[in-house]
Amino acid sequence: MTALTFQEMIFRLKHYWANRGCIITEPYDMELGAGTMSPETFLRVLGPEPYRVAYVQPSRRPADGRYGENPKRLYKHQQLQVILKPSPADVLDQYLGSLEAIGIDLRKHDIKFEEDNWEAPTLGAWGIGWQVMLDGLEITQFTYFQQCGGIDLDLVPAEITYGMERLASFLQNKDSLYDVEWTKGVLYKEVRFKDEQQSSVYNFELASVDMLWELFKLHEAECRRLLDMYEKYEDKARFPVLPAYEQVLKCSNTFNLLDARGAISVTERVGVIGRVRRLAVGVAQLWAAQSGVAAA
Amino acid sequence: MSIPLLLEIGVEEIPDWMLVPALNQLQDTFQTLLDQQALGGRVSSVDATPRRLVLKAEGLLDRQADTEELLFGPPKSAGAGAANGFAKKMGTTVDQLGVESTAKGEYFSFKKKTQGQPTAAILSRELPSLILRIQWPKTMYWNGKGTEHFIRPIRWLVALLGENVVPFEIAGVKSGKTSTGHRLLGKASFPVTIADFDQQLRANGVILCAGERQHKIETEIQTLLEGRGLHLQRDPDLLHTLVYITEFPSVILGEFDRQYLELPKEVLVTVMKHHQKYFSVVDAEGNLAPNFIAVMNTSGDPEGLVRQGNESVLRSRFNDARFFWRNDLKRKLEDRLEDLKNVTFQAKLGSYFEKTLRTVALVKTLGGDEGAARAALLAKCDLPTDMVKEFTDLQGIMGGQYAKAQGEPEPVWRAIYDHYKPLSMEDSIPATTQGRLVALADKLDTLRECFQVDMIPSGSKDPFALRRAAQGAVRIAVEGKLNVTLDDGSPQLREFLRDRIEYYFRDVRNFKYDEVRACMAAGWEDLPDLEARLRRVQAIRPTTDFEPLAASFKRIKNILKQADFKSAGNINAALLEAGPEKDLWDEHRQTKSQPLETRIAAMRPRIDLFFDKVLVNAPDAAIRTNRLTLLNNLLTEFSTIADFSEIVTEKGS
Repeated sequence: MTALTFQEMIFRLKHYWANRGCIITEPYDMELGAGTMSPETFLRVLGPEPYRVAYVQPSRRPADGRYGENPKRLYKHQQLQVILKPSPADVLDQYLGSLEAIGIDLRKHDIKFEEDNWEAPTLGAWGIGWQVMLDGLEITQFTYFQQCGGIDLDLVPAEITYGMERLASFLQNKDSLYDVEWTKGVLYKEVRFKDEQQSSVYNFELASVDMLWELFKLHEAECRRLLDMYEKYEDKARFPVLPAYEQVLKCSNTFNLLDARGAISVTERVGVIGRVRRLAVGVAQLWAAQSGVAAA
Repeated sequence: MSIPLLLEIGVEEIPDWMLVPALNQLQDTFQTLLDQQALGGRVSSVDATPRRLVLKAEGLLDRQADTEELLFGPPKSAGAGAANGFAKKMGTTVDQLGVESTAKGEYFSFKKKTQGQPTAAILSRELPSLILRIQWPKTMYWNGKGTEHFIRPIRWLVALLGENVVPFEIAGVKSGKTSTGHRLLGKASFPVTIADFDQQLRANGVILCAGERQHKIETEIQTLLEGRGLHLQRDPDLLHTLVYITEFPSVILGEFDRQYLELPKEVLVTVMKHHQKYFSVVDAEGNLAPNFIAVMNTSGDPEGLVRQGNESVLRSRFNDARFFWRNDLKRKLEDRLEDLKNVTFQAKLGSYFEKTLRTVALVKTLGGDEGAARAALLAKCDLPTDMVKEFTDLQGIMGGQYAKAQGEPEPVWRAIYDHYKPLSMEDSIPATTQGRLVALADKLDTLRECFQVDMIPSGSKDPFALRRAAQGAVRIAVEGKLNVTLDDGSPQLREFLRDRIEYYFRDVRNFKYDEVRACMAAGWEDLPDLEARLRRVQAIRPTTDFEPLAASFKRIKNILKQADFKSAGNINAALLEAGPEKDLWDEHRQTKSQPLETRIAAMRPRIDLFFDKVLVNAPDAAIRTNRLTLLNNLLTEFSTIADFSEIVTEKGS
């Protein structure tokens, strides 16, 4: 069997999880550092309602950019994110089934679940889980969420995050991610190289630090303003919690850009992370309150 | 009846390093349960793979024995009313009561019989909490808020008492007689009995016994390396990890391109060990070979796909490392000093730049030469390099490597390379004097600064590993023969160091505790000297005259204390009485310059005789003072080596 192309692999996985009751959504239309930060995960894991969703999320990590010159590192990689809330008892078997679905004959490979707990201090979120190693390559992060926005979760969701470029390079046996076949006759580098190169130049060299700090403060202030309005707002059900969360996402991405630009000293770092965290926790609590669930 | 028991707790993959401690707890708590409930039997084995904790026990009773207890009630003389009350309390009637005669008279009594409970019932009741009581470093819940916590979700439970299931339920999982095999090599569900459990697991791709998994790994490594002129770099920690991260381990030998051998071998080994869990391999001369050994959790790699996959991952890791190495070398270590201003040492204690300046000054104070001072200046400059950011374990080592590649002289780069040593009790101290001084200064600075801002270890809390730093400093001073002052006058740090020194000589070096105390009482500022005195005391301890002499010193100390003797004036020879007193004085004077070892034999009988014949507490004040002065002189002289009154003698104090 010839290996799947990048996009075929995505189709298969979306299908696989759609058949298991997942809503398939398009990526969230903002700059995110990881699929976890999408409201489809971050806010939906809160509260007592079951939810199943899968989506591919382009994830921006400015500091990981390498001008398109490192065969294994990307500024913007793509995560396929699956949320199963609550997690079914056979979740790991379902996950292994998804690998079979994209053509990996597990009997010919070595798969290990190695301890790797996940923690996102900027989101007040953590979980317990593993990195999944396939022949020594980390292909998936698997997490049982425990807390989000500093709140103990009512139902424990399983979060499965596939690193799509890595998985494709494994399937197609390519040392460089840029040599992955996106679709027949088109390579990953033809689609994404310019983005990697130019974003690296901008993120590392040209982004205006003053402007970024200004943006950070504006988004922070807007989020704070909204959070402070909630209590006196009459029609709670209509209150814009989601737009408030989008301001947190703006802050988070701006922080990452400042970080890549080398504009945040190690000493400052903790403080700035704390500021984003407070906003995220505030939003999570409003979301829980708005859903009629008492925040812990 | 003597019944065997099997308990298997089926769990999603448990971190390897937590398994053995969990098994030990399980064994202890289960044995305690058997003992307390008088169920007979003992735990015969415990075993674990990442997905299961297994306990086997033998010789259980099928039920507790019935018991009979004689209970006393009111005196018979208290009458029928009292008897009625007693019977009611016992849940019986008056005609069932007996009468017992005691020394105090006759009393109503009742033989209370308690029927023993079936073992299965007790286990059903106790097992859930026994399992959930296992302590883990970090736990999770998986069924929703307020439900059970465990290390990972529990997915199946086998509990057999003989042929019968011990019924219970944890987190919605019911115990049964069905187990689960290896994720890829076995069936998801199959029935087991106590007798065929191990074989059933094996048939389903699981080697239950850790020792057997280890043996399989070791034999296969041996077979792969044989005849290739290659040798395994033994690594017991890694082996332990691999034994407990697999249910069915198999070994493969992989290769990497020789070109990567240009990188320092520490980098290659760290990437292989910490990032990929591979063993490294050396050739006959002990040089790192371009090979690695990986352990799979499956039965084989017939098409070589697993090997190729691992080789490809390692290649990209090595590429990254080479990129870091070449890129880091473009900038001089010294030029990175500025960067240290942005690297926090500790929030309250400023940056590594400030720490560096203090350490350089301290190295000079400790008598370090130019090379040592230079090494101290550059020691932390590898922290902002890409390599150390990626592989933090290589701090110091990379600094040394970069310094070497950038042309620093050997004493300098070696000192940088070694300055985190010793990392453990087993690790060696730095090899050179410069290395020792930099390592010592670095640790002392950390200790002094942390104590100044009250970051002092307490109980099991020691977030800055200050005990390890102190232990390292003590070892460097003693084993490196450095006579340096460790404390900075802070009483708390002094006390802390004192404890570490005492611990080191007693528990690590195995000197007797009273010898350590005796020698430390005579001073511990100069640690090499303390060690030398300990060795002397240890050597003379078994000689016949030593302990009696030590007892005499204890006596002297007590006499001086009781007399509240303070003066240290000269002996007035004219006041000495001929005989034992004069003889003691002469002996003391004449042998004063000789070492302790040669004086003991002659001194002991003289002191004994002195105490035998001479009254220290003489009525004449001048004579009394003179005698006390003589004793005080003796005590002071001998106490430069050790306070011998601290020695515990057989006669006791």
